[in-house]
Amino acid sequence: MTSAQLEKILKKHDHQKASLLAILQDIQALENYLPRKILEEVSQQLQVPLAQIYYLATFYRAFSLTPRGRHLVTVCTGTACHVKGAASILNTMERELAVKPGETTSDKKYTLETVNCLGSCALAPLVVVDGHYHGRMLGTKVLSLLRGEKDASKKS
Amino acid sequence: MRLKSPDELEQVRTQILAERKAREGEKRIILCTGTGCRGAGALEVLEAFEKVLGPKSVIEFKSTCCHGFCERGPITIIEPLGIFYQRVTPERVPQIIAETVKKGQVIEDLLYQDPETGQAIPAEKDIPFYKKQQRLVFGHNRYIDPTRIEDYLAVGGYKALIKALFHMSPDEIIEEVKRSGLRGRGGGGFPAGRKWESCRRAHGDIKYVICNCDEGDPGAYMDRSLMEGNPHSVLEGMIIGAYAIGAREGYVYVRNEYPLAVENVGIAIEQAQKMGLLGKNILGSGFDLTLVINKGGGAFVAGESSALMASIEGYVAEPRAKHIHMVESGLWERPTNLNNVETWANVPVIIEKGAAWYSSIGTQGSKGTKIFSLVGKINNTGLIEVPMGMTLREIVYDIGGGIPGGKRCKAVQTGGPSGGCIPESLFDLPVDFDELTKAGSMMGSGGMIVMDESTCMVDIAKYFTHFLKDESCGKCTSCRDGTLRMYEVLDAITKGKGKEGDIEFLQELGWVTSEASLCALGGSAPNPVLSTIRYFRDEYEAHIRAKRCPAGVCTALLTYTIDPEACIACGKCKKECPTEAITGEKKVPHEIDQAKCIKCGTCREVCPVDAVKVA
Repeated sequence: MTSAQLEKILKKHDHQKASLLAILQDIQALENYLPRKILEEVSQQLQVPLAQIYYLATFYRAFSLTPRGRHLVTVCTGTACHVKGAASILNTMERELAVKPGETTSDKKYTLETVNCLGSCALAPLVVVDGHYHGRMLGTKVLSLLRGEKDASKKS
Repeated sequence: MRLKSPDELEQVRTQILAERKAREGEKRIILCTGTGCRGAGALEVLEAFEKVLGPKSVIEFKSTCCHGFCERGPITIIEPLGIFYQRVTPERVPQIIAETVKKGQVIEDLLYQDPETGQAIPAEKDIPFYKKQQRLVFGHNRYIDPTRIEDYLAVGGYKALIKALFHMSPDEIIEEVKRSGLRGRGGGGFPAGRKWESCRRAHGDIKYVICNCDEGDPGAYMDRSLMEGNPHSVLEGMIIGAYAIGAREGYVYVRNEYPLAVENVGIAIEQAQKMGLLGKNILGSGFDLTLVINKGGGAFVAGESSALMASIEGYVAEPRAKHIHMVESGLWERPTNLNNVETWANVPVIIEKGAAWYSSIGTQGSKGTKIFSLVGKINNTGLIEVPMGMTLREIVYDIGGGIPGGKRCKAVQTGGPSGGCIPESLFDLPVDFDELTKAGSMMGSGGMIVMDESTCMVDIAKYFTHFLKDESCGKCTSCRDGTLRMYEVLDAITKGKGKEGDIEFLQELGWVTSEASLCALGGSAPNPVLSTIRYFRDEYEAHIRAKRCPAGVCTALLTYTIDPEACIACGKCKKECPTEAITGEKKVPHEIDQAKCIKCGTCREVCPVDAVKVA
């Protein structure tokens, strides 16, 4: 992120301390995570202690302090998905990608995350890959989905 | 165009209605592109419609948000015939246009089939899922493209606002809402009119109204669907409320995971401002109101009113003690009235139709209708709106169509992570605020998760406790550590490490967590545990004493075996097993090496003859 881009975000929110959450959301949207350097600059510009920014950044689930993978795999663990077997779907994902939720594969290809309900309960259990919904999942469908993704990314 | 009087608004409405009347008999296509249908491929269907119709098409096409019957999405309705097509795919679009839109012919296999009689039902209104509902608030969704304010005006939108601003005093409005018996739909169930009255009477020049759309309960998505599908109804309620209370600024706080809701309410606010329904001197009444959208950061506790206000102020969403109520000292220590999306959307209905009419619906202590999300092990997953007091049995069997696969229903979980499980034996209970609380659960925001015999109640308690321990903000020791300790005990029980006295310990721990925590998150955190112990103690005992999970869910207590009699030695399980734990040759029944088995269930999933047994 360039200084100009950051300045644009800060200006959009009138350099208001009360808009800190929204400012961090904009940075996260642009960078896919919150780089420390940028947070330091925000701290200086808004005259907010860096600790307070980190307090926000670690409190809310929407933020990540580490770079995320090129593909985001989200397993819905809402109640409807849970009673329809989301735990086993998540286990299979963890095993296949060899990461835990919140982590990124060592090749920076996939970040695995969970979400507490996406309101698409009719599709339970649900997995979302880069915004594409894959509903009524089964363990075996997870395998073919990941293999398909891997094949597709090889081609591209 | 900024409208300066109620008459000008009525003129606009008359014009819209006249234009529509002129096209009354023409065929119209309505496609649901709400979140549920999107997940099922509605955007691809939309693209297909656009492609087949072409840019010069004169056929009216409307893309709406959620209609409620998510199980059958993507949903397409052809008006004025009222034909309801379900699970529409892009490939079927040319046929729909050629046969139904152009010739008025019904395509049989796209219709909903009554599962009992096997009969195809062409019209939406005749489908059992819709028949028993009373959709006061949610019903307009199917007529409205949420990005077009004209659609809201066409169904009578902002009529209640005119009535409130020009024919009622603030006190009269509050009196009307009080008499309607409307109670907060977000979970608390506090009488809305009384809250408004306290806020109006509170000292201070600057007051705020807030709409809480931080819908965090997993399995509940009615606020999202209202906000996405009919944002103007929520705004209209807020404007009326702000006028009654004396607020001139307001906030709409939307959950981070709901980008479409943020987008649609943003468009709605902009349109309302342009038309003079928001901003300075609304419709020439002299009343001003500015609304701002705030996006949440993904924290369950932010749905709690004081935490939500802290989040708007730019702090972490931690609740505070409410010795002084938020209506006295809320956002920036000023009087603040916060209501949930569904509560606000009920306000225009009450003002327009009157408190007497509204309060004729529902039960003694709970008036009007409630939107529930009926999900889990149920045939008709979706959003339903029913009068308060309908029994769980009617909801699960008549509207929900019962349990898939002919399984036995075990319980319904209501109220989200703060709620509890209601066993099948209590299904004749009328659903309202007070009855659910008496049964050890709560209304919450209206999530209803149906569970069948293959759902383990100890696992469910563990699931919610895991959720709550993650989402506890950590301010109160009793909540932070109480939920963690409860989780540890439950985890041990599900892994066969439970011991005598665990149940009593959980009960005691639950009591402390509840009594010593500041906000409702901690206060209600033990509910899932205590209600499952209350109604399903035998399942806990089976886990603790016999080290057995009767529902076959807790993996550590399960053993997968292959029935040699049933096995056809097809090799499918052997091929798919991720740990190569299965051995066997052609024509030789397969076997599972228990030392290698990780109990992932893949073999059971792929077995064509159900030969894999779990015990």
